[in-house]
Amino acid sequence: MAQSRRFAILAQRDINQETFVEPWPKAGLVVTDSPYDPQPSLRMEGGRVVEMDGRQRADFDMLDLFIADHSLDLAVAEEAMATPSQTIARMLVDINVPAAAVRRLARGCTPAKLCDIIRHMNVLEMMVGLGKMRVRRTPANQAHVTNWREHPALLAADAAEASLRGFAEVETTVRVARNAPFNALAVLIGTQTGRGGVLTQCAVEEALGLRLAMKGLTTYAETLSVYGTERTFVDGDDTPWSKAFLASAYASRGVKVRFTSGTGSEALMGNAEGCSMLYLEARCLQVVRGAGSQGVQNGSISCIALPESLPGGVRAVLAENLLASMLGLEVASGNDALASHSAIRKSAKLMLQFIPGTDFIFSGYSAVPKRDNLFGGGNFDAEDFDDYNVLQRDMQVDGGLRPITEEEALAIRREAARAIQAVYAELGFPPISDEEVEAAVIAHSSDDMPERDLVADLEAADRFLAGEEGMLTVVQALHRRGFTRTAQNILEMGRQRVAGDYLQPSAIFDRHFRVLSAINDPNDYTGPGTGYRVEGERWQEIQAIPQARPPQDFIKDQVGEPCKRLVEIGPAKPGTRPEEIIVAVGPAFGKELTRTIGGLDHEAVLAAILTGVASEGLVARIVKVKHSSDCAAIATVGAELSGSGIAIGLQSRGTAMIQKRGLARLNNLELFPQSPSLTLDTYREMGRNAARYAKGEKPKPVAVKIDNWARLKLIVKTTLLHQRETEQVRDEPPAELFFDWEPDV
Amino acid sequence: MSQNGRYRYPLMDHARESLQAASGRKLNDIDLEAAAAGELNPADLQVGAETLRAQAAIAAEAGFPELAANLTRAAELTAVPNEELLRMYERLRPGRSTYDELLEMAHTLEETYQAPVTAAFVREAAHVYRLRGLLKRT
Repeated sequence: MAQSRRFAILAQRDINQETFVEPWPKAGLVVTDSPYDPQPSLRMEGGRVVEMDGRQRADFDMLDLFIADHSLDLAVAEEAMATPSQTIARMLVDINVPAAAVRRLARGCTPAKLCDIIRHMNVLEMMVGLGKMRVRRTPANQAHVTNWREHPALLAADAAEASLRGFAEVETTVRVARNAPFNALAVLIGTQTGRGGVLTQCAVEEALGLRLAMKGLTTYAETLSVYGTERTFVDGDDTPWSKAFLASAYASRGVKVRFTSGTGSEALMGNAEGCSMLYLEARCLQVVRGAGSQGVQNGSISCIALPESLPGGVRAVLAENLLASMLGLEVASGNDALASHSAIRKSAKLMLQFIPGTDFIFSGYSAVPKRDNLFGGGNFDAEDFDDYNVLQRDMQVDGGLRPITEEEALAIRREAARAIQAVYAELGFPPISDEEVEAAVIAHSSDDMPERDLVADLEAADRFLAGEEGMLTVVQALHRRGFTRTAQNILEMGRQRVAGDYLQPSAIFDRHFRVLSAINDPNDYTGPGTGYRVEGERWQEIQAIPQARPPQDFIKDQVGEPCKRLVEIGPAKPGTRPEEIIVAVGPAFGKELTRTIGGLDHEAVLAAILTGVASEGLVARIVKVKHSSDCAAIATVGAELSGSGIAIGLQSRGTAMIQKRGLARLNNLELFPQSPSLTLDTYREMGRNAARYAKGEKPKPVAVKIDNWARLKLIVKTTLLHQRETEQVRDEPPAELFFDWEPDV
Repeated sequence: MSQNGRYRYPLMDHARESLQAASGRKLNDIDLEAAAAGELNPADLQVGAETLRAQAAIAAEAGFPELAANLTRAAELTAVPNEELLRMYERLRPGRSTYDELLEMAHTLEETYQAPVTAAFVREAAHVYRLRGLLKRT
């Protein structure tokens, strides 16, 4: 077989590093609608579920029992199950149906019924549904902050920067489990330095996680994993009852809890029972709600590559987010683990959550570089911050982040690194040197940090975990060392813990340390003009990326001292000499603008053209066109006045045209539209060719470089230069210019 | 903290005067000066059972009955010391306890910690674990 150059290039593309597989339902490798998925059904006797999704109570596994007895709302179940799935699907997109009406019915839907609703929906409809069903009105975002060196100063600095960038929650984890108390501490101090009220967690084994929360080092827990089959649930070393107990244990210590589920985990763990990923996820979500978790992190999470390898995988991930929101759960909607080699694919996937907005668009945006992310990558990371801010600005969408300046970042990083240094010193932990602090301030990653004595850190961490010191000791230490604001913020977290307001669904704190949750910030979307809107101060903030410059800045380089050698000497008269070429320039030429877009001095450009003309033994007159800034109009006027009938039209930004009298305005001999690519050599060749046309020759058109990026890079500048030229347009006849210059030939 | 039997959310704004930590210390007496003076102890930064019951009522009222049930169990569990709570969780994990051990744990919850709702929850777990083979193999 012949080899296609094109297919060879395509094979090299990022997308072709991905794995794609055909569905295999028996092994659970199917995202929705497995032939082994049950059909929706529900039968009740004496206020008790006796059959659910085709299974009799005697055959219920532990998940069925938990769902039937703790999750399904039996008061509405009969009505919900009798309502056609398509009707509920339509309610999801109907702006006249409020979220509460959909949620009421969803409370009575079995897992198979929930999947049956999704069957009627495409991604656009699901996005509309998600925008409406999202629990909290204001969307937000969560960050991952880790580093492979587990350097406390770097953790604190990165957590502070993440908070400044607008993340409402920051999650850390460990490379070495024993470091957990120190990592949790660094992230607590960092976040509360960056912005008071950012919730924090440290993802570790369940019992250790609870211990950290008891010490007041974390304010939420997210990694309470649930699974859609009994076997995988038990392999995960829990039952719905133990997980529900754990959730209550966390809440009893004032800690916000979010469970974790997501498509693909059961297949990955080898016990999908032939069911589709979405059906198993629907079971998970019922367990999550039944256990009384206020929310869930789903969207496939660490298994994302598995649904993405299958047809419809990205749609199914959106579907699981939607189902969770229908059930009234706060959703941290994935987008966390490395999901694609392809920047196109990863961005496209993000849009399904980014555009509707979710409670947390990422259940961990990597606020550190990929290599430092101990959660396994980070689909978006610190190097994508500017891209992300621009996406918000492009679409007027609130993705939960804000642009910051380098100066602000450095200041907050220094403060956080110094705060953790102070706490280490006060509590007698292995010291953090000034050198380490300074490294953390400017660092991008672990690679920029000095090494620490890991053994000494681990021993101190063990003592810290076992000892009595906790949040209060940290507050005192910070206060003694003068870090009053950070101390105040951490103490306020403690006070908020006492009030318990952030235990309610979808709770976060805003910039004023005020709680926002389903109770006082419920999503009230009912169509255009309602619900959350990006407007006012928030829209101003999103717009103000530091890269945006005032328009005047773009043409600074094109405005100089008016050319002294170029003098207007009166009205331009028609020429009669056949050896004469006209160079017709735009109304701002040499005066209001003095350089081309490519930075060429106007006098130098004229000199080059005239040199070209002279080299063919001809002469040139210069006229300034006043009544138009259009290149073709300028050239046409020139041609009318030219003794030879040949003219060069030249706009101030450098765009040029060789024109011949009698040609239609939009026809011409040669056009040079890509002014940034034009050099003095090109202008000289232009003059030379114009002269040859005047002599009746047929010259080869001047070769010019074509740069397709020029328009993209320079369109703002072009617009502003043209604007300035157009400002000079007057209803006046063309003027003759005297150019004090002699050809060097 | 209640108004006509209902709680106004957020409690931080509407019940600031009456909010108390698990220790009984008033929220208004928890500030940086007190912390700096060494007057606070860890229980002053812990949520109290009464507050959790108030939050449960708020959740139920807003249409989140399962969360309300969770917060009700949480209110009960405030009485259980840290280490005991960790042990109880461990004993509820699959294959850790016999049927009788789970019943005994329920009994402790009820008698020692006045936690009848959580106790019933654990008894239910014992029943399901026996049905589904999730008890400790003896």
